[in-house]
Amino acid sequence: MLDVIKLVKVNKSFGGLHVLKDVDLEVAEGEKLVIIGPSGSGKSTTVRCMNFLEEPTSGEVYINGELLTHKNKTQIVRSSIAMVFQQFNLYPHKTVLENLTLAPIKLQKVPKAEAEERAFKYLDIVGLREKANSYPTTLSGGQQQRVAIARALCSRAKIILFDEPTSALDPETVQEVLDVMIRLASEKNITMVIVTHEMGFARQVADRVIFMDDGRIIEQGPPEHFFTNPTEERTKAFLSKILR
Amino acid sequence: MIEQIFTPWRWQNLFTEWPLLLRAFLTTLEAAVLALLLALILGVIFGLMSSSHHRLPRAVARVYVEFFQNTPLMIQLFFVFFALPYAGINLPSFTCGVLCVGVYTGAYISEVVRAGIGSIPRGQFEAAYSQGFTYLQTMTLIILPQTVKIILPPLVNQCVNLIKNTSVLAMIAGGDLMYVANNWATNGNASYGPAYLICGVLYFCLCFPLSTWARRYEEKLKRQDIRTPEEVLETEAMAS
Ligand SMILES: Nc1ncnc2c1ncn2[C@@H]1O[C@H](COP(=O)(O)OP(=O)(O)O)[C@@H](O)[C@H]1O
Ligand SMILES: [Mg+2]
Repeated sequence: MLDVIKLVKVNKSFGGLHVLKDVDLEVAEGEKLVIIGPSGSGKSTTVRCMNFLEEPTSGEVYINGELLTHKNKTQIVRSSIAMVFQQFNLYPHKTVLENLTLAPIKLQKVPKAEAEERAFKYLDIVGLREKANSYPTTLSGGQQQRVAIARALCSRAKIILFDEPTSALDPETVQEVLDVMIRLASEKNITMVIVTHEMGFARQVADRVIFMDDGRIIEQGPPEHFFTNPTEERTKAFLSKILR
Repeated sequence: MIEQIFTPWRWQNLFTEWPLLLRAFLTTLEAAVLALLLALILGVIFGLMSSSHHRLPRAVARVYVEFFQNTPLMIQLFFVFFALPYAGINLPSFTCGVLCVGVYTGAYISEVVRAGIGSIPRGQFEAAYSQGFTYLQTMTLIILPQTVKIILPPLVNQCVNLIKNTSVLAMIAGGDLMYVANNWATNGNASYGPAYLICGVLYFCLCFPLSTWARRYEEKLKRQDIRTPEEVLETEAMAS
């Protein structure tokens, strides 16, 4: 199967801080990849290198076989990759509907009526049709994140990156977001890369789990193996802490 | 001067010439509107430049801001009006005034715009880039519209300064309010008391509603706990 994302010897430094160290990673089309690891281990940076929110200091990133560069990143990101952030990052000056239609209308030149039709379709999927004309700040965290997921879907991108989508949520709204993501994970042709601390969820949706520590991929494997028989000491230590 | 204010005939003199006064008032207004337009355009352009990740546009914007903020408007005006003709550039005094006041205020507005952009959370830029918006699209569609609310009060204050600063037109016979008041004050019967008083009242009528609105609006923002550009600049200053 085609690797829709491929990282080759990716390094990233912030000033003198070496955050990613020779990260090699391939993500297959339709794969649901979960990345776990302690805070500061480079999970976000890895994911952000995939859409060039962070440009690697060295190494290569390929999207659908094409080398990502400073020049072509906007074009490639626009058509192929969407992202869901920890802090939702909805546009507060726009209504929910406008948040969903802005990029399709401005970037993909979709006619307004069609873009709105598309937006309502995805609002239905995340169960928020009745909030179409609300402003994001009037919604709960869980609702905002569901809108953000709908916004990602509206781009029709086949790759969706999630950076700790439930970490900023009140505990009682976490599940509604996870439910939406679980449903999304049943779509065979959507590739999902998910950074999360929700281990039950990871086990449920992941085709493969990656454990990162100190800027490296320490261990990876299918969730059954990963959660029951981790081989690396650092993985065991992390899992025992987080699963308790 | 004080006793002049209580001298009726000096006032009568003034009021019989009210069309002159009206024309001067309109000239001031026109100069202010045109200069404001220029200042807004320059302010947004240089504000964007000073928020850039690249060093060159930032440096250019810095030079512009520092130069115009740290030299008197009057000297800039005299330079344009008296020195440029030697380079073969002859501009009418009204144009000179609009140009100078506009460019001068633009420097202040660019700082306001820069602070406004600085007050928008990084996540907004990241969301836009992650959707594939270019830098310019990100700014015009997503960032600048969000800054409007917070930069309005300082922007209006700059507008008030601009209106008052159009009075430099008087120095180069620009036909504005201040110039006409000056003429009156010095045209034989020396009615400078009433002339300047009326002139001041008219400026006040223009500026007071604006600055009052700006102050109220800012207080409202504070109650909503939205960071004002001043606060952003303060935290920036503390951080460096
Ligand atoms: N923009 C940045 N500037 C400087 N340091 C950064 C930046 N982003 C991340 N870092 C540092 O890089 C390391 C890895 O960060 P990150 O990828 O966010 O880790 P994780 O998502 O696993 O918590 C951390 O030490 C963090 O402080
Ligand atoms: Mg992170």
